[in-house]
This record gives sequence, structure tokens and C-alpha cells, in this order.
Amino acid sequence: MRHLLDTQTLARTDALRILDVAEDMADTQRREVKKLPTLRGKTVVNLFFEDSTRTRISFEAAAKRLSADVINFSAKGSSVSKGESLQDTAQTLQAMGADAVVIRHGASGAPRTLATSGWITAGVVNAGDGTHEHPTQALLDAFTIRKRLFGDDSRGRDLAGVTVTIVGDILHSRVARSNVWLLTTLGAHVTLVGPPTLIPQDTSAWPVTIRYDLDAAIAEGPDALMMLRIQLERMGAAYFPTEREYARSWGLDAGRLASLPADSIVMHPGPMNRGLEISAAAADSPRSTVLEQVTNGVSVRMAALYLLLSGERTEAVKEDAR
Amino acid sequence: MSTRTVLHEADIARALTRIAHEILESNRGPDDLVLLGIPTRGVTLARRVALLVSEFGAAPVPFGALDVTMYRDDLAKNPTRTPQRTEIPAGGIDGKTVVLVDDVLFSGRSIRAALDALQDIGRPAAVRLATLIDRGHRELPIRPDFVGKNLPSARDERVNVRLVEVDGLEEVTIES
Repeated sequence: MRHLLDTQTLARTDALRILDVAEDMADTQRREVKKLPTLRGKTVVNLFFEDSTRTRISFEAAAKRLSADVINFSAKGSSVSKGESLQDTAQTLQAMGADAVVIRHGASGAPRTLATSGWITAGVVNAGDGTHEHPTQALLDAFTIRKRLFGDDSRGRDLAGVTVTIVGDILHSRVARSNVWLLTTLGAHVTLVGPPTLIPQDTSAWPVTIRYDLDAAIAEGPDALMMLRIQLERMGAAYFPTEREYARSWGLDAGRLASLPADSIVMHPGPMNRGLEISAAAADSPRSTVLEQVTNGVSVRMAALYLLLSGERTEAVKEDAR
Repeated sequence: MSTRTVLHEADIARALTRIAHEILESNRGPDDLVLLGIPTRGVTLARRVALLVSEFGAAPVPFGALDVTMYRDDLAKNPTRTPQRTEIPAGGIDGKTVVLVDDVLFSGRSIRAALDALQDIGRPAAVRLATLIDRGHRELPIRPDFVGKNLPSARDERVNVRLVEVDGLEEVTIES
């Protein structure tokens, strides 16, 4: 594996390989000594053009647990705010000897540009680009579902026959997009639910079922219900009348939680707006996997960095050229 | 290119039986022993030897697997390796005598990595090394305590250990 840019083009074998390596990484994270010497001497740059706390510290923890050196670069207070182009920033990182670049960018496709431009030889990991994809989030979600379903027996298994319902702002969500592709590749069936204003106009190319009524979707008894964050900064654009109305129609309150099947799990990529898309009762219930998702995120990112960085570099380039 | 079989099924069984007796002898019994195999075939061998030691010593001896992939010093020189599972028996390894089990001992670099991996898991009272084949050409000051067969080989020859559980047949061959 040379880059991790999206889940749409990620093959089933590669996805399962990342998830299985993540299982081994998770095992090492239960030990007293959590640090592995594997990536000693490698440099990972976190290149964040958009604000992010949890994704950045998750990548930082993952890189540090593998003994890589981490350089954090955020656009605020850097030369980017003075007008430096992505090309010049990338070439600066190349000159400093970065082995992997973890990039979050407001423009969809920025990671692919970075990976294919020839500006850098480092491996590129997409940590969220515009409204395109956020592949490591989808991988950690798949890992979490698999772990809850199969426990210690998870290795090598896919999600055949599993039903996952994703609720909320699908229109702007890169998490939803990455999950649609990855979960479908792994054999799951995805249903998307939200107000019509927050569902993309044309979803004919997506292998999903669209619903507008959350109660009807819950009545179908999904194995996992994933609540997306309503981005409050979008409230001004009038996608729905009021927060209260959104919470009443598409929020996961105690009543809806109770009508879910007993073994369904409740997921949220965080940060949560308690009382808006998810009630405190749902967020804190034992069926909620919110904190497991955070823990698993470190293991999955360790696996991605390991698979990107541990092999012979020239070999990887040759593979790419084929 | 020629292939020669150096150990047949019965030879492997005899070698493992002898190793099991030697482990019991040097440990003065089955107490505080833990056998850890190095994936893939070392794990199979560790299980077999542990069952023999349990039988001869009349006490159950725990066994497990120790993956060394993350501790190797040649990761950057080879295509990406997929790590295997590490399974440490419930009792842990602190204060125990750990016997590492591998199929072929060659450069000694896997064992160096295994010693590093052990250090992150606990502090054994002692670490021993058992190997089915010792083919020489050590690159580090490491030597086995229990050897199934010493097999002098040229550096460019290939030694293949095949076990029923993994490969469907049971033999050790040398290719030159």
C-alpha cells in the first residue's frame, strides 16, 4: 500500500488487511508497554489545513506508539496564512525528509493532488478532504462494528449481511461517504436517513437505500445506527427550521433508543451535540460505542501507518508504476 | 537445482520428543515453564513440544505465540510484512522460564527481535531457545539451547520446514 486516499477504490483484501493488522495493534495497546519500535527513524507530518482535535491527536498517538517522529503543521499561524501554495508547503516537507504526510484539507481531492503531483515521495494519508472522504474514520467504524459483532474472533471476517443506518447531514458528510463505500465493499448494507435538504440530490450511483423517516428506519432493526454530527455552522443556511425540530424528527432520543433491537449498537464519530442529534441517554448507554471508536481509531491508524511505511520504498514505487 | 529431504515425519517426531525431554531436564521439571512459538511454524512446534512436555512432566505447560514482525530490523529492506497474532498464556511470563520455539535458526535476527518483544510484555526469569533446525550462519551472538538437528548448509541454500498443520505434509528439505 502506497497511499490511503479513499475507500471508494480500496479493495476488499486491502481493507481486511488494514482491519486485521489493526487487531494486532489493538492487542499491543492493552499491554503495559504500549510503544513499539517499528517505525523508528521515520517522520510523519500531520498537515492540517482545517481545525481538528481528535483526528490529529489520534494520528499523533498512533505514530508515536510506533516510535515515529511526529511534526504537527496546522495552517493557522503558518506560512499558509501568508499565502503559500500547497505545492510549496509540500516541497518544504519533502526537503525536511517526511516519510508520510497525513493531510486534512477543506478542498475535496487535495490529498490525491498531493499524492500524484510528484511534489513529494512520502506516503499520503487522507485525514478528511472537503465533502469527499475520511477513510480512516470509516475503517475505525468498520473495525468497531466487527469487534462488537465477533469479539476476539474478528480476524479475517467481513461484514456480510450486516445492516448499518447512517443518520443526519449526509450532504456535507465525508464520514458518510467513506462509510458507504467501505461498508458496502465489506458486504454490509447501508441505509441513509436525513431531512431531504441534507440528502444529496442524485444518489443513483450510491449502493444505498435512502429514507427520510428515522422511525421507519429504526423499525427495520439495523445492526448499527450511526448518528452524524449536525454542523452548527451550517444552521444559517436553513437546511431545517430549528434545532428543536431537527432533534424531534431525526435525533436519537430515549424513545427511539428503546425501539432499537436489543443488540444494535449506537455510533457517533464525535464531537457530539448532546440533545441535538443524540440524547445523553443514548450517548451514555452501554450500546453506545463512542469511546470504543476513539480507542479503535488509534489502532486503525497505527495499522495504516505501518502498512504505508514499513515496507521497502522502491518496491512500493515499482508497484505503483505497474 | 536439487532438493534433498533431510528429516522425515518420524525424524521430526523423535527430534521434538528429545527436545521435550531436554527442556524438562534442564528446567528440573515442568514448573514455571512457558513455551512461545514464533509464527508461523514455530507456533505449531511450540504447541507440539508443550503437549509432549506436559505429558512427560505430568503437569500442564502453557504455550502461546510471539509475533516479532514489529521488532524486526529489516522491515525497510523487504516488502511489507503482515504481522501475526501474539498470544501470551493467561499466567503471563513474569518470573517464568520462557522457551522460544522456532523452526529454523539462521541469522539469529528473528530471535533478537523476539527478545525485544518479550521485554515489552514482561520480565521472564530466564529465556531459552529451542529450534528444530540449526543451519548456522549466525550474524549475532545467539545460540540455541535445544536443537532438533544441526544442518550444515551453504548460505544460498534454502531450508524448508513443512508441518502437517500448516502445509499438509511433514518434512524438512534442503534446496540448492
